[in-house]
Amino acid sequence: MNGLIGHGALLISVAVIVLGIGAGVMAGRLRTQDWINAVYSAVYTNFVLVTIATGAMVVALVTHDFSVSYVAQVGSRATPLFYTIISLWSALEGSILFWGWVLSLYAAVVVWTNRRRAGALVPWSATALLGVSLFFAILLIGPANPFHPVYPVPSDGPGPNPLLQNHILMAVHPPLLYLGYVGMTVPFAFAVGAMLSGEIGSNDWIKLTHRWTLLSWGFLSAAIIAGMWWSYEVLGWGGYWAWDPVENASFMPWLTATAFLHSAIMQERRSMLRLWNVNLVVGTFVLTILGTFLTRSGIISSVHAFTTGTIGYFFLAFIALVLVASLGLVAGNSDRLGSAGNLDSAASRETVFLLNNLFLTVFMFTVLVGTLFPLVAEAIRGVKVSVGEPFFNRMSLPVVIVLVFLMGVGPALPWGRASRDEMRRKLVPPAAGAALLLAIALVAGMRNAYALAVVALAGYSIVANAREIVIGMQARHEARGEAWGVALLKLASGNRRRFGGYLAHIGVFAVAIGIAASSSMRSDREATLKPGESITVAGRTLRLKSVWGRDETQRSVVGATLEFVENGRVAGIIEPRMNFYPASQQPVPTPAVRSSLLGDVYVNLQAFRPDGSNVTVKVIYEPLVPWIWAGGLIVVLGAITSILPQRVRVAHEADARQPATGARGALAGLHANVEAT
Amino acid sequence: MNWRRASLGVAAALPVIALLAWGMTRDPKDIPSPLPGKSAPSFALSVFAPGQQPLARTVGDTVRLADLRGQVVVLNFWASWCLSCRDEHVTLSAVARQYAGKPIQFLGVLYNDEPVSGTAWIKEMGGQSYASLNDPGARTAIDYGLYGVPETFFLDVHGRVAYKQTGPASAQVLARVADSLLAVAEKDGAPTNRNR
Amino acid sequence: MKRAVRFVVVAALWAGPLASAGPGQGAPAGAPPSGVVTPAADSALEARTSAVASQLRCPVCQGLSIQASPSELAQQMRSVVRDQLTAGRSPADVQAYFVSKYGEWILLSPAPRGINLIVYALPILLVLGGLLVVVLAVRRWTTAPADSATH
Repeated sequence: MNGLIGHGALLISVAVIVLGIGAGVMAGRLRTQDWINAVYSAVYTNFVLVTIATGAMVVALVTHDFSVSYVAQVGSRATPLFYTIISLWSALEGSILFWGWVLSLYAAVVVWTNRRRAGALVPWSATALLGVSLFFAILLIGPANPFHPVYPVPSDGPGPNPLLQNHILMAVHPPLLYLGYVGMTVPFAFAVGAMLSGEIGSNDWIKLTHRWTLLSWGFLSAAIIAGMWWSYEVLGWGGYWAWDPVENASFMPWLTATAFLHSAIMQERRSMLRLWNVNLVVGTFVLTILGTFLTRSGIISSVHAFTTGTIGYFFLAFIALVLVASLGLVAGNSDRLGSAGNLDSAASRETVFLLNNLFLTVFMFTVLVGTLFPLVAEAIRGVKVSVGEPFFNRMSLPVVIVLVFLMGVGPALPWGRASRDEMRRKLVPPAAGAALLLAIALVAGMRNAYALAVVALAGYSIVANAREIVIGMQARHEARGEAWGVALLKLASGNRRRFGGYLAHIGVFAVAIGIAASSSMRSDREATLKPGESITVAGRTLRLKSVWGRDETQRSVVGATLEFVENGRVAGIIEPRMNFYPASQQPVPTPAVRSSLLGDVYVNLQAFRPDGSNVTVKVIYEPLVPWIWAGGLIVVLGAITSILPQRVRVAHEADARQPATGARGALAGLHANVEAT
Repeated sequence: MNWRRASLGVAAALPVIALLAWGMTRDPKDIPSPLPGKSAPSFALSVFAPGQQPLARTVGDTVRLADLRGQVVVLNFWASWCLSCRDEHVTLSAVARQYAGKPIQFLGVLYNDEPVSGTAWIKEMGGQSYASLNDPGARTAIDYGLYGVPETFFLDVHGRVAYKQTGPASAQVLARVADSLLAVAEKDGAPTNRNR
Repeated sequence: MKRAVRFVVVAALWAGPLASAGPGQGAPAGAPPSGVVTPAADSALEARTSAVASQLRCPVCQGLSIQASPSELAQQMRSVVRDQLTAGRSPADVQAYFVSKYGEWILLSPAPRGINLIVYALPILLVLGGLLVVVLAVRRWTTAPADSATH
């Protein structure tokens, strides 16, 4: 029954999408309200249908309806309800269904919030969204059909991949990732819509696109950090980033989207970089599809790679189609995309933005080339090579160092022209921050040159960004006599996008410092301990108290209890475990972490004697790891601050000395009813 | 319409698409071993499972590769925790028995496992015709560039690695490789029946 | 006693990774840590071992180095690295040993030779080319007449 409902809804949705695309073409050409309404109705209807299909799948999962192929694949009566629900995205077909649902949701929200907007931009964009939806709908009734009937109906299933049901973050990371990843379709649709409607020459679409990119970027940032956290908490090696193809796949569109968030401002302010911006938007979308292809096709072996099938060819064909269509559109609109560059001075924020775009793009290419190089080497030399962590670290660290520095210089420099005196006033004092953090790092024992450079430049840039905030507060405080706290709040709400930008920058610095410290100053030891024996790492002593085993509903657990010994007294315990799932031949490592502001003690159970007479544990001390998670949170807060709608009254109050960076423009792109919320 | 820009874009995108399409035909998990054609890494490992007559060896004896020169050697890495090893166990045992008397030695090498568990597994599987060696610390396994179990190496009479089988070996593959190596051995005038 | 029973249950549940199929992350638990060597007190040797081990790819993992991987084979390979360094072999010798056994695949950074140079040179060329473009663009745009701006 669930299978029938779900599959039926998807079949109808394909028909609706096809009709909607037809209506969209008419609406774009004739621009009559009836056709436009028809497209919008198709978008809403598609959302309802995919919601029904997704709902049917959730019901099937929860009720253990093993007649549905996907449930038979990932369901199990022993799995707790919570993990049963989130197993919706634990394997290929379900994740594509979830993807399709998120896309239909985005499309509906985009259309709803812009439905009264005049012109052909929104109808064409809605058509583009339907076009992308069609691809996923075809996958869902074809190679990734999750609703295949299974006969005879099995009485139970294997349950989701143990690695994925072992941690709560599995409920957080994938939805965030899809919201970020799928969200990049919206800017793409706007770009296509703007080109098809002939509105690409105006800067209006870029403002609309900027906001939606910001939203997706916020989700993607959160997803990347959550993914790092998940990997840290689950995989048992004490790391959070391994430059795995899947990690790279999420990072590449993040880089180009970040570049766009900056270069869009250039277009809004100075009507520059139009062609570049369209390319960034299209490129970001293509990178999301490419990333999905890399992980769903089995072309590159990766931690998260799903089982393979013909689906890879569908993705490849789709990438080719998107590239050809967008290249054709861009070429066809090239007379509208030309833009005369105009700068007042090389010493300006504009120049820094150009450099930031250069380095972000180069960063993306470095990751892309590294990820694909094994294929190139095999094609040319017939030899399998690996491109892994040491390569990516070596190649990206210099770029990261430059970017961290630019993130401080950019906000410090004014738009237009910085006088020699202004440059000195703005660029010299933050060096104190660099000196301070450098000194702290040296005293703490950091010796790696790259890590020291990252920390020092992060110190520089933190001061540079914080100073901009403080200067704004000071101006309000002096001019209007506002209390400092009030001044901060008013400043933040007065120009949310700029303030959010500073906040996001500071978050990135925290992440950078956390990564620099934890990767360069990590100490680890591995030892085989009998109960009562101790191991000491970085001055922290752990004593093995006991080894134990127990059965839980869906798994069996072997664990070790270790005590922190401080001055002969027990100061807490830590319990690393191994979880054994019936569906898996291998145990799932479940390390235990004791966090503090300054660092984590991370203990992984590596091996044990079946009689419990000894265990092998790896104890890692990693400084400042929590800074990465906290930094991620600050980045997301920055994104939220930037997105929050700005009320007109406040916008007018914006400090005259710091002209709003297109905040009022962003406002224009916002529909009234979003503002009301 | 800016055709130059369009063709430039297509020219940049096409090779990438082509590369990815070609990549779809490759298996990222199939990594060729550099060993075939090279001299086989030597080893000296002690017997923990004796095997059965006529192929039996004494438990505790040390088997040295150097002593097996002049014979074809089939080295099968396995473990009691390995599921695919169950699939090939009967085949290997039978083929080894079939070739008894010819200048060919079948040897099992236990990988990341306790000899006790290995012996119990052999018993559970109904015995094994040839002897198995213990490889503490997986030193020999690493010497042979092992990725996992089961993997089977065929060494020719000159002590070179002739062929590597990843995953369970079928009777056909075993017989074909063994026959061709034995044929070469005869042509080269290697002693036809030399039991150490 | 009951605990011992559970251990048997748990150990029975565990069976090792398949030949080349398993995405092995976990350490084989039931197997004894026979290859596990408690690190020597010699921290200089440990540092050298870890430097070499970070460059070698764990065969049973996905993209992790044998330094990072908690898997048993990785632990054993680390101890091979340590032993060879102790025996006086240079880090390059140790790398060459592993390449001769596992192929170039084992190196996490491709050897900077021949075609592999692409992957090292391309980013550098992109930075240089990009910088040139930015410098030229900024120079042209700052000298352009102000009225060409499309405000």
